[in-house]
Amino acid sequence: MNAIKAKLPPMGTLGPFIALLGACIFFATQNERFLTLQNFSLILQQVMVVGTIAIGQTLIILTAGIDLSCGMIMALGSIVMTKMGADFGLPAPVAIALGITATTLFGLVNGLLVTKAKLPPFIVTLGTLNIAFAITQLYSGSQTITEVSEGMTWLGNSFRIGQTNILYGVVLMLVLYLITWLFLRETAPGRHIYAVGNSPEATRLTGISTDKVLLGVYVLAGVFYGLASLLSVARIGAGDPNAGQTENLDAITAVVLGGTSLFGGRGIILGTLVGALIVGVFRNGLTLMGVSSVYQILVTGVLVILAVLTDQMSRKGVR
Amino acid sequence: MTIDTNAPLVMKATGLTKRYGQVTALDGADFELRAGEILAVIGDNGAGKSSLIKCLSGATIPDEGEIFLDGQKIQFKSPIDARRAGIETVYQDLAVAPAMTIAENLFLGREIRRPGVLGSVFQMIDKKKMLEESISRMNDLKVGIRSMTQAVETLSGGQRQCVAVARAAAFAQHVVIMDEPTAALGVKEGNMVLELIRRVRDKGLPVILISHNMPHVFEIADRIHIARLGKRAAVVNPKKISMSDTVAVMTGAMTVDQLPPEVLA
Repeated sequence: MNAIKAKLPPMGTLGPFIALLGACIFFATQNERFLTLQNFSLILQQVMVVGTIAIGQTLIILTAGIDLSCGMIMALGSIVMTKMGADFGLPAPVAIALGITATTLFGLVNGLLVTKAKLPPFIVTLGTLNIAFAITQLYSGSQTITEVSEGMTWLGNSFRIGQTNILYGVVLMLVLYLITWLFLRETAPGRHIYAVGNSPEATRLTGISTDKVLLGVYVLAGVFYGLASLLSVARIGAGDPNAGQTENLDAITAVVLGGTSLFGGRGIILGTLVGALIVGVFRNGLTLMGVSSVYQILVTGVLVILAVLTDQMSRKGVR
Repeated sequence: MTIDTNAPLVMKATGLTKRYGQVTALDGADFELRAGEILAVIGDNGAGKSSLIKCLSGATIPDEGEIFLDGQKIQFKSPIDARRAGIETVYQDLAVAPAMTIAENLFLGREIRRPGVLGSVFQMIDKKKMLEESISRMNDLKVGIRSMTQAVETLSGGQRQCVAVARAAAFAQHVVIMDEPTAALGVKEGNMVLELIRRVRDKGLPVILISHNMPHVFEIADRIHIARLGKRAAVVNPKKISMSDTVAVMTGAMTVDQLPPEVLA
């Protein structure tokens, strides 16, 4: 019995898949439009921004940190890239690069405050959440930037497989997941992220610079937020200074639902994709059922607490 | 094992002094480690035992005094310097990453890279080779753990400590320092680790063992370095001296002059 148990992936890995499957079955019985390829394509479109932010968030949570500023940094990035294009007529690639630079710099600031000033990530990112929000509002004058060049919204275009439209942006998100999966699984820096989250002291004693790992993670998260900015601009077709508000907590929700432990060092990146899909499926399914959006927020809240509870209980089982 | 007084000195320190403000932790301490021995370092709290070890393992820099490794003068600025010089340290608080596998823990920070660009540019690790190496190194030390791919947290405390000891033994070129390796363990588990420490020595690596546990010290040490008041009070032979006399020297109830000369080593 124990031998079989050891061969199976732990509950933390399988749980999210079961939850996603369960949610899909439930909504399929409630509404006939749910179980169509077109609807699934729509769900993927709806989760591509939060899904990309959640990659960065996963890296940070794996180190036992948290980033409350992720959605706001993403919004700032989308304003920077659209305004650079609109105000100075910069070509799309340059404007996009500047937007991603802005989000990366914010990641760097978060990382420096966590590693050099030794402040808790929760407090640091609570601060930068407000700072990024304020800068976004000031810089954009709280106005949506609608003058967006074709080069910036290209990822919002779709191609067809059979009857189904698939967004290029969705493909980008899936590729990013694949790369990150390989990075975390197969490379030394990827394994060091797990080690830092597992036991920072033991990691330091082996000669790995934990500060370098942490700083790298926050910077890398900034890059992912920048790519999410681009996807957001492509999806909305504009730079929205009020974007990122639901994504901020949805990203953390996706990571936790995906089975990554808030205590660090445990979790797989593909779980986060499943977690993001769970959030997306609930939003989509409840909308199809005609449930008001306030109840959707309620359901997400309950889901997160359930996920953290399972995490907590399964850890106790291990010890 | 009889004491070989002609064995070459692997590590030597003279006149080590370390002050923390008004407190003198080390007051001209000497130290000698011979090839192929287990040297226990004992002392009361505040005797300068841990300051001595910190100097030797690079965790602190002594204010005065010199340290030699294989006759070469060395100056460590950090534990990483010491490790580069071939000195590995095992800590009492089980310094392993619990959710990672045994193989990963053995190679943490020293992962074997894949050949070619995959390894050098993309930093990809060679899991298969790491697994094979882990198996052969653990077999070398006769650590009876079957699967190297199980998470360290599934092991008992003693087995975890064996992983830490095996890691140190696998990478140490010159010396393994063990800081209270059995302090957190039960009797049976402690014995398992002691057995492993003996095998490390028998493979030719000298071991510095810091311990409060007198029975353990007397069971496996070849020589005992007694630290007192920031100095080395004596080095004794556990085969010839009684445990109570050793403790008496350690606490200052007896001086070295009162000991018969044949117990010194």
